[in-house]
Amino acid sequence: MAESLALELKGITKSFGSVVANKDVDLKVYKGEILSILGENGSGKTTLMNMVSGIYYPDSGEILVDGNKVIIKSPKDAFANKIGMIHQHFKLIDVFTATQNIVLGIKEGKFNIKAAEKKVSEITEKYGFNIDLNKKIYEMSVSEKQTVEIVKVLYRGADILILDEPTAVLTPQETRKLFNILRKMKKDGKSIIIITHKLHEVLDISDRVTILRKGEYVGTVETKDATEQSLTEMMMGEKIELNITREEPKNPVERLVVDNLTVIKGDGSVSLNNVNFNVYGGEILGIAGISGCGQKELLESIAGLQITTKKSSILYKPDDLGPQQLVGKTPKEIRKLGIALSFVPEDRLGMGLVGNMDIIDNMMLRSYNSVRGSFLNRKQPKSLANEIIDSLEVVTPSATTPVRRLSGGNVQKVLVGREISSEPKVLMVAYPVRGLDINSSYTIYNLLTEQKKNGTAIIFVGEDIDVLIELCDRIMVLNSGTITGIVDGRTATKEEIGLLMTKSVDREDSNG
Amino acid sequence: MDKAKKHEPLFHIAKRDSLPMYKSWAIRCAAILVALIVAGIITMLLTGENPLNVYSTMVKGAFGTSRRIWSLLQSLSMLLCISLAVTPAFKMRFWNIGAEGQVLIGGLATAACMILLGDKVPNALLIVVMIAASISAAAIWALIPAFFKAKFNTNETLFTLMMNYVAIQLVSYFEMLWENPKGSSNIGIINQSTHAGWLPTIGNFDYLLNIIVVFALTIFMYIYLKYSKHGYELSVVGESENTARYIGLNVKKVIMRTMLLSGAVCGIAGLLLVGGTNHTITTTTAGGRGFTAIMVSWLAKFNPIIMILTAFLITFMQAGAGEISTVFGLNESFSDILTGIILFFIIGCEFFINYKLQFRSSHKEVK
Repeated sequence: MAESLALELKGITKSFGSVVANKDVDLKVYKGEILSILGENGSGKTTLMNMVSGIYYPDSGEILVDGNKVIIKSPKDAFANKIGMIHQHFKLIDVFTATQNIVLGIKEGKFNIKAAEKKVSEITEKYGFNIDLNKKIYEMSVSEKQTVEIVKVLYRGADILILDEPTAVLTPQETRKLFNILRKMKKDGKSIIIITHKLHEVLDISDRVTILRKGEYVGTVETKDATEQSLTEMMMGEKIELNITREEPKNPVERLVVDNLTVIKGDGSVSLNNVNFNVYGGEILGIAGISGCGQKELLESIAGLQITTKKSSILYKPDDLGPQQLVGKTPKEIRKLGIALSFVPEDRLGMGLVGNMDIIDNMMLRSYNSVRGSFLNRKQPKSLANEIIDSLEVVTPSATTPVRRLSGGNVQKVLVGREISSEPKVLMVAYPVRGLDINSSYTIYNLLTEQKKNGTAIIFVGEDIDVLIELCDRIMVLNSGTITGIVDGRTATKEEIGLLMTKSVDREDSNG
Repeated sequence: MDKAKKHEPLFHIAKRDSLPMYKSWAIRCAAILVALIVAGIITMLLTGENPLNVYSTMVKGAFGTSRRIWSLLQSLSMLLCISLAVTPAFKMRFWNIGAEGQVLIGGLATAACMILLGDKVPNALLIVVMIAASISAAAIWALIPAFFKAKFNTNETLFTLMMNYVAIQLVSYFEMLWENPKGSSNIGIINQSTHAGWLPTIGNFDYLLNIIVVFALTIFMYIYLKYSKHGYELSVVGESENTARYIGLNVKKVIMRTMLLSGAVCGIAGLLLVGGTNHTITTTTAGGRGFTAIMVSWLAKFNPIIMILTAFLITFMQAGAGEISTVFGLNESFSDILTGIILFFIIGCEFFINYKLQFRSSHKEVK
């Protein structure tokens, strides 16, 4: 490892109101190394890096680049110091091509698109990026968009690259590709900082790991001396068990029979194409797929939020009634039958919760109408709110705190807790652990497993294939709106699922 | 190093936690004080008048005589009434800037009943008809943009704005049609001799009925927004339409229902203005209150009780500013300048309630 320092942080502190996001954090990054920053959600990883890239300004502390003290007040200053950050949410203009996005906002000298294009393609060749530079952003997959972001940063001459949770949206194959590129950059002498909470990736890619806990610097270790267990302990500050106890489903009852489910969007594109599957009570059915493969439309169809084609049929078989056709029913009617959907969108708040309302009023979202008359009754929602705060250990000043003031993990606990509290017969959860730390994630997995034991049919849409394999009884793989396979969670391998996730795209290509 | 090296900024902005109630009000009061000082300095520079004299004239203009106090209360209650009307719409993030037109239509319906039915039906019945007509006319007027928003997702801001002009032209058309006396091209006092359709006065107080009605409306709106299912639903729609959809709310229905209510309250304002105080209608009957009301409502953060305060503040300033322009022989524009300065500080101080400035090296908090 080259021993010259590229970036050094000394005693960085940043607080938002009374919340201390970073307290006295030190960090060193050498040239030609990959450093992982590991920490629970809310441990201040992203905040710290946002200060390096000019989004925030630290309350105190120093930033040194190449040994010189620098002041970074804006992303422009960051680029002047050869620092570039690839954010979790891409900042690209949809109707522009890759090249146009890459050169956007650069003012130096006379603008020459030809020369710019040449420089861009030099960069992509050098590191082996596989990308069509004339493609428009809206036609791109998430992984391609990410590539554009990385090239954009390189184009601006960054020597220090910061990637915020880069693999959260990628398939295993895409992740491997990305890692290969990162290794090439490292060889080229660039410094790379990866923010992540996936332990196996940390062990796979990085040279050193810096661990943050609750905004404070815990320590830095050489990756070769670390194990998943040792890293977890540093992260959590205590030993924890990372197991999901998966029991065999007990007397599974058929709950949902989905036949010929087809969803065609307003613009004529097919989101779901002739999907057939069954869901059983007492089992967890996982749904794997890259984002945009139709999982959202699938869940929304069952919940009555999507318009499906005429031949589609979703038959629900409750214990007390005859089979019920869900297609054509309103979301409210479907809910009343005992089918719950909790969808955690990318911004975590957009669906299912109202950020400006407090926990009590959010509890009421589902139930306010079950009270008679035209007035609200906050008594029951209040006790439910307190129950959830207690049982799921939601960190909040009180039940009357607006949900948007809670951290991501706590927001999700509130959402999932509410959905489970209605004791549904079918529970659909999408990305319930999106952005959550390990501990909270396992709390949620255990909640779901608990529900499964109670005989609930659970449909689980997740990003992390490792978790799907560990948690689900069966895993259904969706690709471009088609089911490419349903595999047994106990025997499936990561590679097998990864292949199924991309398989049908290839088939479509070969068919023309 | 070289010129690329930058200085540490003098201060930077940081978000604060929620402030305790008393602190945020202290900031607001400080803002008004600063506004008065700045306005005073500007008064002195521009006119040479002693600002203290100017201010005391302002207060006199608003509270000087019992007549003035009553008239202040009347303006306050009308402004508050229209503010209450726009509040549910804005809380639903439906930009209803058409209150002006909705009030006019309510007033026009009232005037129509008074002119066409006056002395033909018993007075009590006439008043009942007036109430029904004004409320339903304004409600329907407000429903039109809501319907198009719900069905075709049209832009409600432009739609409601343009409906104002339609309403104004309608009123001027009827002014010509019902002109009295002939050739005056305005309606004059309706039923001046018979008082048919004039809303009853309570005791000797001309404006007391309006004030009581608006006070009751304030309480109603507070309860409606805070404790009713409808109020809850409209705030869910306003905060996040996706969430509303997810919990199975009929968003279109909520939009239309809320605008019906918004229009209905505007109709009441029109009724009170035409049937209660003016007994005539002109194109300026609403008098820009439909727009001022938006500010009142936002300043109060959609809380009807606080709205009493913000409506009072604005009414007071308008009354006072009008007085200085006559007493000191300054023109109307000068009072607008003062009102503008004061509002600038009041709205601007919200920044210091949400954020704080952190100065270099020292971590002192400012304001």
